[in-house]
Amino acid sequence: MLNNCARTLGRQANKYGRLYGTGNDVVSRMIPDFVDMSMNTISSFFATSKNNYATEASFETKPYKVHKLDTTPSTSVTCTRDEALLLYRKMQTIRRMETSAGNLYKEKIIRGFCHLYSGQEAVAVGMSGAMRPHDMVITAYRAHGWTYIMGIDPLGVLAELTGRVSGCSRGKGGSMHMYSKNFFGGNGIVGAQVPLGAGLAFAQKYNGNDGVCIALYGDGASNQGQAFEAYNMAKLWDLPCIFVCENNGYGMGTSNQRSSASTAYYTRGDYIPGIWVDGMDVLAVREATRYAIDYCKSGKGPLVMETFTYRYSGHSMSDPGTSYRTRDEIQEVRQTRDPITSFKDRMLSSQLATAEELKKLDNEIKAQVDEATKKAKADREIGLDELPADIYSQSLEPTIRGTTPWNGMPHKHVGVSS
Amino acid sequence: MVMTPSTKMFLRTAANVLNRRAFSTSRVTCAQQMTVRDALNQALDEEMERDEGVFIMGEEVAQYDGAYKVSRGLWKKYGDKRVIDTPITEIGFAGICTGAAFAGLKPVCEFMTFNFSMQAIDHIINSAAKTYYMSAGRISVPIVFRGPNGAAAGVGAQHSQCFGAWFAHCPGLKVISPYNSEDCKGLLKAAIRDPDPVVFLENELLYGNQYPMSDEALSKDFVLPIGKAKIERPGNHITLVAHSKAVELALEAANELAGQGIECEVINLRSLRPLDTQTIEQSVVKTNHLVTVEQGWPTCGIGSEISARIMESEAFYHLDSPIVRVTGMDLPMPYTKSLEVYALPRAEDVVTAVKKVLGARSK
Ligand SMILES: Cc1ncc(C[n+]2csc(CCOP(=O)(O)OP(=O)(O)O)c2C)c(N)n1
Ligand SMILES: [Mg+2]
Repeated sequence: MLNNCARTLGRQANKYGRLYGTGNDVVSRMIPDFVDMSMNTISSFFATSKNNYATEASFETKPYKVHKLDTTPSTSVTCTRDEALLLYRKMQTIRRMETSAGNLYKEKIIRGFCHLYSGQEAVAVGMSGAMRPHDMVITAYRAHGWTYIMGIDPLGVLAELTGRVSGCSRGKGGSMHMYSKNFFGGNGIVGAQVPLGAGLAFAQKYNGNDGVCIALYGDGASNQGQAFEAYNMAKLWDLPCIFVCENNGYGMGTSNQRSSASTAYYTRGDYIPGIWVDGMDVLAVREATRYAIDYCKSGKGPLVMETFTYRYSGHSMSDPGTSYRTRDEIQEVRQTRDPITSFKDRMLSSQLATAEELKKLDNEIKAQVDEATKKAKADREIGLDELPADIYSQSLEPTIRGTTPWNGMPHKHVGVSS
Repeated sequence: MVMTPSTKMFLRTAANVLNRRAFSTSRVTCAQQMTVRDALNQALDEEMERDEGVFIMGEEVAQYDGAYKVSRGLWKKYGDKRVIDTPITEIGFAGICTGAAFAGLKPVCEFMTFNFSMQAIDHIINSAAKTYYMSAGRISVPIVFRGPNGAAAGVGAQHSQCFGAWFAHCPGLKVISPYNSEDCKGLLKAAIRDPDPVVFLENELLYGNQYPMSDEALSKDFVLPIGKAKIERPGNHITLVAHSKAVELALEAANELAGQGIECEVINLRSLRPLDTQTIEQSVVKTNHLVTVEQGWPTCGIGSEISARIMESEAFYHLDSPIVRVTGMDLPMPYTKSLEVYALPRAEDVVTAVKKVLGARSK
């Protein structure tokens, strides 16, 4: 699997600039946090200096499977050191954030549901590596990782989970309802995001730009009727929609074998071409997404992409997640398919980074998430005056009825903008 | 107001004489305690044992024992044929259940929560509720749609809402919104035996609560009548009408008010359709004051319906002050903990409402 070759040992600059010398805080300066996924931005942070690593490496991915496509995404992928570090940082940040969320839930600071993305990081992160700023995303309730990827910092995510004012929905949305620019949730109704995603793609096409929409749903959600209705219209009207089935093996306690008459999710668009990709391989996901975006933006209509992945935790925090699968199964995936460990191994063996560098990065991420966690715990909730805020963008009733005829409250406009 | 106080007084006294009847309060013996969850489970088990045509279908109902463990043990006992896990496809399996009911089976169609019944509402209303009528009585639809309904805790706007008024709106459906364990057992059994489509609205936050079960309620033959309310607590000063978890709220408020010399009559509606207008009217005739209590939204809610029915009835003349609705606030549920509390009615809202309504009398 790790058929990688260090291409260029880094004693020379590549087009993305080069990395880092010995400066203490260079690492943290080098990647602008949550600003822009574009490598060009990052490159401006780099000064030339001496170094001892590969600036670029190429790898073989697992073969893709395709449905009704004449070509496949390339199995040979290249990755620069800067890209690799960014992908690694993003995956590790999500993992850390989710660990922290799990702990906050156990401390009863996060209430209700809390669906962790741990194990699935390579999907969001890999896709983000191929997305352009005007591409749109919509997903289900397992949304913390995507929210971060779409520009909300860990505090914005964690404080939403704790229901505090620094949360990206000011604490009103909760774990399933986070949004940001070009990110439309966070939907608690299984499958509902699929036609919504097709609608976003409809708008992209309508507006005449080359943007696409990535609409993600689970193996469980894939069976909802509205997914198939959306497929049909997306194909009829050639909507630039990438339907992404994150196949993590289970929908709650039901294995995909028990929920789906066909588990070849990438073929289930029938007349819509599809791609299967190893969702634990961040580079494969990135490559497949590039391919898919190219396909969609060229006006050929939608694609279905299945990312084969795994969820480590229970469905939500209240589900131990061990009654319908074995601990061994989880352990086995962690040991053999973990998206972060496997990518780290690749980075190390191809000399894209050193163990010390990654260790340092890990510590930095940990510190950042810990800090965000602390703030998310200490933060205040919005005031009572915001309870009737933003029910409408333009309320036609000045007063919102309370629990009795006498305790109505004025409708208020707050309007978070991203 | 059309009536003068003196005519109102006259009519009221006359009606009081006519309506002084025994309360249908249940015996509270030194009965066994049982959780709502176990009561529901027992009802399902007994009805499955009793009638081969009864089966359960829904998400996670079988191998996982139910997302809220209401169907615990039933798959082991009755097997794949009768306890059936579905994919996450509400409109699909609600349609399949309804079709099976057309053919004479007795499906218990579980929605993991009623929030997801919105995916399936077409089959509930257009297929289940109307077919008997459209077929001129040829095809009956003996189905139960059940699952947790109403506000839960900390789950945000899409997972915290009451659909009582939505379903109660629809002719052809019977709608049950039980409160305690006896209600749940007796009414779920009745719902399964009923030849018409029944929407059975449980409450997640009550599942783990224990309530006394009379010996009678423990029996396999215990069935409560659909469409009959229950007086949970008799009182003379004011009537509180509530359903589901709001009954708890009304009882709490009644307790507090009792300490202040105000005796509330608390009516547990049990059914939202048919609505037991008679029991409410009789109580109003006695107490002359009415406050409705529900967790759902105010507009076109259960309280609105009750108010309208009282307006249309003879009981109207017995009111000494306007009816007041205590409801959930007119907004989606926030996740924010401190605000969630305010989005729902609290006992003190009921107390305030009662005092205002009674205060109006002394004017
Ligand atoms: C319409 C609807 N039905 C049921 C649920 C309850 N529910 C929430 S998540 C879930 C499982 C979904 O599984 P999958 O689509 O595979 O996503 P995953 O949780 O694996 O990310 C279910 C049944 C819901 N939220 N919405
Ligand atoms: Mg899944």
